[in-house]
This record gives sequence, C-alpha cells and structure tokens, in this order.
Amino acid sequence: MVSIETLALLIPVFPLVGFLLVALNVKRLSHGATAFMACGSVLLSFISAILVFTKLLSLPEESRSLIVHAFTWIKAGDFYASMGFLIDPLSSIFLLIITGVGFLIHVYSIGYMHDDAGFNRFFSYLNLFVFFMLLLVMGSNYLVIFIGWEGVGLCSYLLIGFWFKNQSYNDAANKAFIMNRIGDFGLLLGIFMIFIHVGSINYTVVTSTAQQLSTETVTLITILLFIGAMGKSAQIPLYTWLPDAMAGPTPVSALIHAATMVTAGIYMVARNNVLYTLAPISMSLVMLVGLATAVFAATIALKQSDIKKVLAYSTVSQLGLMFLALGLGAFTAGIFHMATHAFFKALLFLGAGSVIHALGGEQDMRNMGGLKKYLPITFATFLIGTLAISGIPPFAGFFSKDEILANAFAHNPVVWGLALFASLLTVFYMFRLLYLTFFGTVRANAHAMSHIHESPKSITIPLICLAILSVAGGFMGVPEALGGSHWLDSYLSPVFAQSKVLAEAHHHLNHTIEYTLMGTVVTLTVIVIIIAYLKYVKRNHVPAADANLSGVPKLLANKYYIDELYNAIIVKPLYWLSNIFDIFIERLGIDKIVNAFGGSVVEGSRVTRLSQHGSIGYYIFLMVIGIVLILFYTLLG
Amino acid sequence: MLTLLLIFFPLAAAFLIFIVRSKHSNVIALSAALIELAISIVALVSFKNGDLEKLGANYYWIEAIGLNFYVAIDGISMLLVLLTTVLVPLIILSSFGRTISKPSTFYGLILVMQMALVGVFVAQDGLLFYLFWEVALIPIYFICLMWGGENRGRITFKFFVYTLAGSLFMLIALIYLYLQTPGAHTFDMEALYAAGRSLSHQEQSIIFWFLFVAFAVKMPVFPFHTWQPDTYTVAPTQGTMLLSGIMLKMGIYGVIRWLIPVVPVGVITWGMTAILISVIGIIYASCIAIIQKDFKRLIAYSSIAHVGLISAGIFTLSVTGVQGALIQMLSHGIVVVAMFFIIDIVYDRTKTTTLGNLGGIRNAAPKLATVFVITLLGSIALPLTSGFVGEFLLLASVFQYNHWLGAVAGIAIILGAVYMLRTFQKSMSGETNEITAAFADLKWNEKAVLYPIALLIILIGVYPKPILDISGPAVSNLLELYTNSFALIH
Repeated sequence: MVSIETLALLIPVFPLVGFLLVALNVKRLSHGATAFMACGSVLLSFISAILVFTKLLSLPEESRSLIVHAFTWIKAGDFYASMGFLIDPLSSIFLLIITGVGFLIHVYSIGYMHDDAGFNRFFSYLNLFVFFMLLLVMGSNYLVIFIGWEGVGLCSYLLIGFWFKNQSYNDAANKAFIMNRIGDFGLLLGIFMIFIHVGSINYTVVTSTAQQLSTETVTLITILLFIGAMGKSAQIPLYTWLPDAMAGPTPVSALIHAATMVTAGIYMVARNNVLYTLAPISMSLVMLVGLATAVFAATIALKQSDIKKVLAYSTVSQLGLMFLALGLGAFTAGIFHMATHAFFKALLFLGAGSVIHALGGEQDMRNMGGLKKYLPITFATFLIGTLAISGIPPFAGFFSKDEILANAFAHNPVVWGLALFASLLTVFYMFRLLYLTFFGTVRANAHAMSHIHESPKSITIPLICLAILSVAGGFMGVPEALGGSHWLDSYLSPVFAQSKVLAEAHHHLNHTIEYTLMGTVVTLTVIVIIIAYLKYVKRNHVPAADANLSGVPKLLANKYYIDELYNAIIVKPLYWLSNIFDIFIERLGIDKIVNAFGGSVVEGSRVTRLSQHGSIGYYIFLMVIGIVLILFYTLLG
Repeated sequence: MLTLLLIFFPLAAAFLIFIVRSKHSNVIALSAALIELAISIVALVSFKNGDLEKLGANYYWIEAIGLNFYVAIDGISMLLVLLTTVLVPLIILSSFGRTISKPSTFYGLILVMQMALVGVFVAQDGLLFYLFWEVALIPIYFICLMWGGENRGRITFKFFVYTLAGSLFMLIALIYLYLQTPGAHTFDMEALYAAGRSLSHQEQSIIFWFLFVAFAVKMPVFPFHTWQPDTYTVAPTQGTMLLSGIMLKMGIYGVIRWLIPVVPVGVITWGMTAILISVIGIIYASCIAIIQKDFKRLIAYSSIAHVGLISAGIFTLSVTGVQGALIQMLSHGIVVVAMFFIIDIVYDRTKTTTLGNLGGIRNAAPKLATVFVITLLGSIALPLTSGFVGEFLLLASVFQYNHWLGAVAGIAIILGAVYMLRTFQKSMSGETNEITAAFADLKWNEKAVLYPIALLIILIGVYPKPILDISGPAVSNLLELYTNSFALIH
C-alpha cells in the first residue's frame, strides 16, 4: 500500500506531468490525446486526494496533520525554506475541491474548446494552473504558498489573455496580473515580517509561537497578509480585475475566477486563523472589507447585462461574505461557504458557458430570453445553481449562508442586516439573470436561433454532477438547530482549535432565535424572487441600452466609475512621474551635469594645452625653476 | 594552476584567431569558449573536492613595487567565473548567422575580454585586479566603436571616459592603501585589507567613497548610470550582452571583495547612504522603463533597477543579502543576455526595436514567444524562476535592514510587471502587422542560445541549493572577516 506521504506528493505531480507532456508536444499531440492526458492527470490527482482524505479520516483526530518534506529549496544564512507540504483537514478539503471541480471543468472544456485552434495550449495552461493551485493549498510554509500564489496568478494571466489577438483581452490579463502583484507585494512583506520576528516561515512554528509576538507585530503581519488576500480574492479596493477577467474562456472563469483561485485569500486567512485571532484589529478589517465588498459588488451586479459580468460581480460579493465570516471568527462558516460556492458558482459559470456556446458567442442577456425549452439540461441545472446561491433550503447555499448570517447576528444585528441585504440583492440579480436568459420571449437573432442546440455530453455531464453537488453539498454542515451534527465543523476543529481557545467566548444563539432568523431570511428571499418574477417574466421587462440610462442605474451600470477613478489617481500620476524622471531629471538633470563635467575637462585641457607650444627653451626654463624650487624645499625642510 | 589556464587559454585562443584570420573565426572562437567552459567545470569539480591549491597560483611579478601575480578561486569567484564561461559561448553563438565585418578581430576581442573578466574575478592582488579591470575596458571599447550603431563614436567615447574616470578613483584608493602597508609595500589583498582597517574613521570614509564611485559607475548605480542606456542601445548585441551580462558584475564583485572587507568602518558609516541611493535608483529606473518606447532602451533601464536591488542587498552586510546578490548576479546575467538576444532577433527580422511598430509576433513565432515568456518571468522574479530566489533574498535583507526602504524597493516587483507585461503585449500579442507578418521563428543557433538559458532560468529557480552552497561558506567568511575587523576597531 502506498503511504499517505507518497500519495500527497503525487497530487501536485500528476498535473505537472500533464502540463509538461502537453506543453512540450503542443504542436504534435492530437486533441484527443491532449484531452486524455490533461483530464487523466487531474483525475489521478483527484483519486489521490480522495485516498489522502480517507487515510486522514482513519487517523485519530489529533494526528491529522502531516508534513511531507520533498527537498530543501532555499537556504541562505538564517533563512530556510523547504519544498514541503502540509496535509491536514483544511488542506484536504481544498485538495478535494480543486481536483474534483477541476476535473469536471477539464471535461467540460473538451466540449467547450473543441474547435479552438489553441486547444492543446489551453489544456497545458489549465493543468499548470491546477499544479500551482495545489501547491498553494499544500505548502507547509509561507514561501511554498507564495509559489502557488504567484503561479496561479501567472496561469490566470495566460488564460485571461488566451485569445491574445484581441488587445482588450490582453489589457484585462495585464490588469489582473498587476493588481494581483500589488496584493502579492503585501503578502511578500508579510512573509518578511514573519521571518524577521519568528525566525522561521513554517506554519507549525509560526502558529505555535504566535502568542509570543507583540500585538502590533501580529496586527501588521496579518494586515500585510490580508493585502495579498484582497488582491487574489478580489476584495475592495483590489477587485476591479475580476470582472475584466471574464475575457478568458468560460471554463477558466468557472475554475479560476469562481471555484478555486479566488478562494486563495479565504484559505490564507483560515490557515493563519491563530494570527488573526491574536489581532482583533485585523479581524475587524477583514470583516468590514468583506461586508463592504459583499454589498458593493452586489449592487453593481444588479445592472450588468453581460451574463458573465453578473456572475463575476456575484463572485466578488460572495467572496465578501466569506471574508465576513472569517472576520467574525466563524472560520468554519467561511470554509463551508467557500466549498458550496465552488459547486454552485462553477455550475452557474459552466451553465452560462453552455448558453454562450449554444448562441455562438452571445453574452448579452438582452439578446437571450426564452431558452429553457431549447436547452433543457442547461436550464434545469442552472435553476438548481440559482436556487443554491439564493439560499433556498435544502440547496447547498442555504446552509452555508445561514451559518454566516447567524454568526453575523450573534456579533451585531446591523452586520446581519447588511449581510442579509447583500444576499437579497444576490437573489434578485440571480433571478433577473435566470428570467432574462431562459424565460420570456426569444430575443436572439434568427441566425443564432437556427443553430441552437443543447450542448454535448462533455458539457452537460459536468453540469449534472455539479448540480448534484449543489444540492447535496450543504449536508456536510447541517446545523444542530436542524437536527444535524455539522460534520465539517468537527472535521475542521483541530485546525481552528487554538483560535477557539484564544477568542473570547462566542455568543451562542438559542434555537428559537435561529429558527426565527431562518424563517425571516427564507420569507424575504421568496418575496424577492416573486418581485423579480413580476418584473422580468410577467411584465417582460428588458434592460435598456446602456446609453439610455441615467441616475443611479447609470452609476451602477458603469460600476461606480471605479476604473476611471483608479486611472485618474494611480495610472496617470505614475506616468506623469515617470515622464518627470525621464525628461527633467534624467536628460536635463543628471546627464547635463555629467556632460558639463566632461565639457569642463575638455575646456581645461584646451587651456593647459596652450602651455605646450613646443618651444624647447621655454621647457628648459620651467625645468630649472622646478629644480630650484625642489632644492629650496629640501634644504629648508 | 587551473586558474592560470582559465585566464590564459582565451588569450591564447584570441591570438590564434588574430594571427590565422580564418573565415571560420566564429567556429574557432566558439570552440575555444567551449573548451574554456570545460576547464571551468574541471575547476568547479576540484573546488568541490576542496583542492584549492590546484586552483590558485602565486608568482612574483614586479618585486620592486610588490606586485604579485596572485590568483585564487573561492566560492564567490567560482560563481562569477562560471557565469563568464557559460555566457561567453552563448554570446559567441548568438552572432552566428549575422553578418559581422572583420570577424577575426571581433571574436578575438571577445576572447580577450573573457580573459580580463576571469582575471578580475580571481585576482588576489590589488594592482593585478586593477590591471585586469582596465584591460577589460579595451576590447569592449573597440567592440562598441567598430561594430556599434548610430552615434557610436560619441556615445562610446562617453562610456570610455566615464568608466575610466571612475576607475581612477579606485587606483588612487589602492595606492593610498598600498602606502599604508608595513615594510616593503605590497598590493597583496590581505595586506590591503589590514591596511584599510587600520585607517582612521575619516580616512576610511574617504577611501569608501573613492572605491564606491569606481564600482558604482561600472554597475551602474543611480546617479552614475547615464552612460549606460545609450551605450547598451548603440553597442552591437554581443557587446551589450558582454556589458550587461558579465561586465557590470565586475562592479558588484568589486564591492563584495574590494570594498566591504577593506574599509568596514567606512562601509558601516555610509552603508545606509549607499542603500538609499540604490533604492532610489530602483524606483527611478523602473519608472523610466515604463515609458520607454524602444525595446532595447527599456531593458537597459530595467537592468539599472535590478542592479540597484543587488547593490542595496549587499550593503545590508547580511548573509542573506550577499547570497541573494550572488545568485541574482547569475540570474540577471542569463536573463539579460536572453533578453538582448530576443531584441536582436526581433531587430534581425523587422529592422526595428520600436515597440509601437511591433505586435502579433506570437502568431508567427510561437517558440520565440514562449522563450520570451520564460525570460520575462525570470526578470519579474516569479517563484520557481532564477530571478525569484535572488530578489526574494535581496528584498528580505533590505526589509530586515530597514522596513521602509525594503517596502519601497519591493514596489519594483509591481513596476517590473507593469513594464515587462506591456513590452510583451506590444511586441508579441495582438494581430500581426505588415512588419511582423512574415516573422520567422527561431533558427538553430538561436534555439541553441535561448533554450539552455530558459532551462537554466527554471532549474536555478526550482533547485538553487547547489549554487547557494558554492558561495555560502565564502560569504560567511567574508562577513565574519568584516564583523571581526569591525569589532577590533571598537
């Protein structure tokens, strides 16, 4: 039997091998061979992840944390970083989602990308992404997480700009990479701080010695790490890259920009839960940023007409809810929502992809409508995804969102109210999307409708699998109030045990309050669904063209002009400064001085040269004077 | 003895090429450079085995002034010698298939240059070091002057005078130190170290600045850099590669070997200032790189930014900083050579290096684009590329030295992404235009240069330990020497 250590090492190795095989033979391989290798490698990883997971379960709770050392990576002076992996309940959950959802999306891509000339290149990037994402969640120290962190950023960049002939897609790719680099810069400084103050960058060492650090230090470290999380998980103020990232092929949006990469920030905060618990200021910051992002992004989603943009803002908003949970100290709730969100948001993106595919590339919902009878499987699964994200029981989103809202209420009813507001907005824009796409009259042009067909099996089967997960996924965390035992909570408890001790006693809601909250939320959700139904189905409302908007809707449709704002306060000043450096300091300043130096030497030598006019008598005269002077000097001195 | 062979073999080969004047000078030069590489690998093996006597050599040269031909290889020298012997064959190979007038002179000069570079990295005698340092300037001066582009006369002259003036400061400092040595004066390194450390605080400060200016001009560090962008732009590709890939490392090496141990009090007094101007230079050069319209000039400025970080890291006087500097010197060497070669390939096909005229090359030349991406990642220090190991250690050391300076220096990783991604987008992505439509992908010799470099960028990034192990003990020794001497004075 293969040891758990070997299995753990194999998890990232499979997709790496898949990447190398495909990338080095990109011109030679047939599409079939590529699909086989790329999907096969992720499937093997998934199987290994399941085996690791079951082995972990078979161990007693306190020994469910294994470190696998592969080799020494960097060693210089006091600094040491091993290429090591940490397998514990937290990383195992992420491993299952990354490889499982990743595999489904790989299969989906076979159908989605089948006639694309860059088919092989696409799969090589996808495998490379899975490799880096696995490193990110498996690393046993902060530098391995950083490899994954920047590596997934690279793959995201490559895949957003996958259709590289289109320069606006390349702009989106550059923007994503650069914004992420701003976050990475924060993360990097955080790692430096940890190294300087702890002397080690291993999670286990840092966690066990964290209490010896001063509160200021921990606060600074956690804020710096959170800057990294803001970039990767698209939180205010570093979120604007994610909607633009929709330029990439839809499977990429599902895998990278919904299910996995963007949850890296959630993983990082959860992984450092002890540090965050020791820094109440950082916890409040995480909570506030999460809450603000949840509401802010949800309002923008209300007025978007591109089907993928709605889902993108929805992702930003849902990630905000996850950060809210983490900031409240409800780490399990954050991870729980991450998991269910991975299922239903991947499902929604893939469903949207299926619609786009069927309509030959159309993404504007104003040109859709009435598609449910043409795309029955897509519609049915999309409906499940929509119900799941809206939090209708017993779909997955209900349980995870309920847990976040309950924790918010226990903390402060105002926080609860705002979080509830964000989730009701979510319900509205999601049903708006559903109704505009699948209900009402057909608005697509005749040409698109003549080709319309339900997607092939490679697309519909992943949809069905994800739909099942979107129904069943919630049952890993059924709360006590509903007669569950919350399996996820007890499974993750060793990871968060220390924080639980450190945090002040949590207010526990009694069951009556919990039932009341659930009842309120579900009732309001149903009301919002009805409002959306009346507006978009009964009255057949179709959003106006962007040019005809005014007031608040115009503001929302233009995303509060945040891109324009960043352009004015960051991009333009940077170019202005660069021009000042180049024109005034470089050319008119330093170089002028240097040339003046050179010039004065030339001038000086021209003057001195006058004494060298070639008259021997003059030279002898000078020589005699010299000798006399030296004689005087030596005699007198 | 091996060290002597490493120095004189390229010189002998150069003379052979000068005398024979064969049509196949390029092949002879390449063979010589490959043999030199083999010799350096033998040297590496004996270094690893600890046969240090086998490596070094010490002869009286001019007894009257106490000049010895004293050469030796420690871990630090070993890495730089390897950098030289790996890059020179690649640089020679990069010229294959390009028309070069007077080839025997051209290749002969490259090999003379190699002799001087190796000499600089192994000299254990102050005057010998200075001699090699100046000798290195002569071949590169002629390479730039005879094979350079537009305005080469004026620009090469400026480069020559600027660096020569810089090194005069070093000569004065060395002579001053020489006069402090006891008895019959000597230029021996250890004696100069002792002489330097016996100086008063004020004298050490003055010597510090004399040596610093000499090295800063060579690297170049802001604000001594204005000769560099013009020179890199007009020099022939192989000249630019020699300058940026290897020659600028002479300056950095000089700081490590001939500045820090010589005047420790001077270094401690002025280290902060040196780091400060290095960090200013990083941001300054990065910003200017953002708005460059010419591909070659942009890489020239990015090189100033990278070198600024190396310089800042060294002056933190920490093992992490100096180790980071050494591995980053290797990484920067291979990355910048690949980058200038990519520019050369683009110019060869399109006759332009203006970014605005390019675009869409990826469509026609996917192999070139792939190598470009890997090189670019090395340049922007993505983890698992060679650039990351060095830049991480360097930034960590500067951050440890002073949080604010470290944070400001770290902004370079954002700015680096800004200008490099922009360059890639403008040149490689998008639709092809009339200039780039018929772009031919890599030829055999271009692959032979770029593929090994791409592989090295990844290998060093994934497994840097062997390289860090080579220089580790030497760096610890050097810094111990520094700390001890510093403690003695106080």
